[in-house]
Amino acid sequence: MVTPNHYLALSAVLFAIGSIGVVVRRNLVIIFMSVELMLNAANLAFVAVAYGRGLMSGQSIVFFVMTVAAAEAAVGLAVILAMFRNRQTVNADDIALLRW
Amino acid sequence: MEWLIAGVKCLLVILLVLQLSALMLWVERKGAALIQNRIGANRANLLGIFPVNLGFTNTLIADPVKMFTKEDYVPDGADKFIHSLAPFLALFPAIITFAAIPFGDTIELAGRSIELRAVGIDVGILYISATVAMGVYGVVLAGWASNNRWALLGSIRGTAQMISYELAMGLAVVSCVLLYGTLDLQDMVRQQGQMLFGWLPAWGVVYQQLAFILIFTAGMAESKRVPFDIPEAESELVAGYFTEYSGGKQASFMLADFAEVVMVAGLVTTLFFGGWQIPYLSSQGLALPGMAVITVSPLLVSLLQVAAFLVKVLFFCWLQVLVRWTVPRFRYDQLMNLGWKAMMPIALLNVFVTALAILLFGEVA
Amino acid sequence: MSPYLFYPLACLTIAGALGVVLNNNPVRSALSLVATLFLLAVYYIALQAHLVAALQIIVYAGAVMVLFLFVITLLNLSPDPADRTSPLFGAAALGSALLLAVVLGRALWATTLPGAANTPLPEGFGTTVVLARQLFSEYLVAFELTSILLLVAVVGAVVLAKRDPSPADMDAPAPGREA
Repeated sequence: MVTPNHYLALSAVLFAIGSIGVVVRRNLVIIFMSVELMLNAANLAFVAVAYGRGLMSGQSIVFFVMTVAAAEAAVGLAVILAMFRNRQTVNADDIALLRW
Repeated sequence: MEWLIAGVKCLLVILLVLQLSALMLWVERKGAALIQNRIGANRANLLGIFPVNLGFTNTLIADPVKMFTKEDYVPDGADKFIHSLAPFLALFPAIITFAAIPFGDTIELAGRSIELRAVGIDVGILYISATVAMGVYGVVLAGWASNNRWALLGSIRGTAQMISYELAMGLAVVSCVLLYGTLDLQDMVRQQGQMLFGWLPAWGVVYQQLAFILIFTAGMAESKRVPFDIPEAESELVAGYFTEYSGGKQASFMLADFAEVVMVAGLVTTLFFGGWQIPYLSSQGLALPGMAVITVSPLLVSLLQVAAFLVKVLFFCWLQVLVRWTVPRFRYDQLMNLGWKAMMPIALLNVFVTALAILLFGEVA
Repeated sequence: MSPYLFYPLACLTIAGALGVVLNNNPVRSALSLVATLFLLAVYYIALQAHLVAALQIIVYAGAVMVLFLFVITLLNLSPDPADRTSPLFGAAALGSALLLAVVLGRALWATTLPGAANTPLPEGFGTTVVLARQLFSEYLVAFELTSILLLVAVVGAVVLAKRDPSPADMDAPAPGREA
């Protein structure tokens, strides 16, 4: 029997894997993709709880998360493009002007 | 038993799409020849006796054999896995789109009622939008995996064109959804069985002419057919984004092209021309206006309706071939201007006017 | 969803997620993410969220990931050896991610949710009509703000990604202007 808790556990695992990606990788585009993975893990948790409690609010929130993630992806990738034009690199270690 | 019926229906739909695509290859070549006042391919025949002038042997037997026995190579320095994956990603969505399109009414066979569509998807129209969106991946990956900067350029242009026209198509589809009040395609086709003023079948084209033109045009732009075929541009670039493909992989891209032709024809038929509906004929019988109802056996009615669906789909496939060989191709900036500055605002205006009309005059169903 | 379907798909999803994080080639990483998003759409259908599943494929797998692939091909990114941090840092990250997974997983596993087996779902759960009704009544302000957000994102992306016109470009007439 697959309960909604199974889906929640899967979402926790996906979230952790996404967090590894954000911390370990240095390529900006791959960091961005790991952030999208974490957002999707959160979406899965929302939909599972909506199913478990019988509330449609979970799916409405997923709708908004998807929209915001799409907007964020568009702007973030435009920033990465502009950064690449200026510095010819997308390595996060090389773009460290504001670091101490 | 349920699984068997579902499996048979899916197999039927897949085979239908593949057969129609192969037939479209012949229609394309012979239709082009007729329009251009020449004969077309007719040099091959079987054992000297198969009909020579119809060109069947050339297009339906010799061409596929040639394509699948050609050497299949991957260019130097290209990513082998992605090079092999791209044709699959181009072909797969084009075929599975037909899962949502109904090809007949619910029939009663041996005591169980079978719905004549591959899968009963209640968000049918969104499913079709989703599979059309997935078709972009084949183009992007084909250009990238070719290790050829001209192929990459062609694929970037092709991708930009496809996602631009997806927008116009999606908005035109929204006005259809507003009209019928449902996302389910079978429901939309059933609603088109009603009669206006007692004699006019309430097909979608009676209410939404502009949406029909928009979806037809955007569908042709999605499948990158002339006049929108600048990514392929057979007479100018070598083959655009699938230059570095030969043999079976190129056959997959061609097949994807024709499968999308069939898909656009199926979509337009379902949304605007009554799908499987035959005017005045329903499961009760033939009900011509002003005459008594003539009862017809329901099984015969179902068969006639499936045949009517096929005839309508074939008509729209033929229409796309006609448009292809009549109109010259657009330049790239003309194409993008048309998509963003002309079709999208018109589609938005269509949505507003439809919503206003529904508010003032009430819904259709 | 039957367990025979859930566990294999869950393994595939986790493999896809690991493919995103561990792949050297950015294009393969993006393709792994597309596969993962597809599998998540399958889960949404199993959880009676049909509209959300369709939107996931149209928006995420069909538009956002195409945008990612576009940027990767435009920037011509190739596998880069300087892409990873030091192994010590990687081990520490793995350890903390395991800790996160265990803590979060146990907390979420222990929550009590009445599944659909006990209480039936409300009428029309997951259909477009019900979701739309909720979006236009309870969450109307958020909905309108989202539309403004999307407009801002479009304008911002176009402005950020635009190339600065060089003086030479300014003198020559734009192509196609006479057409």
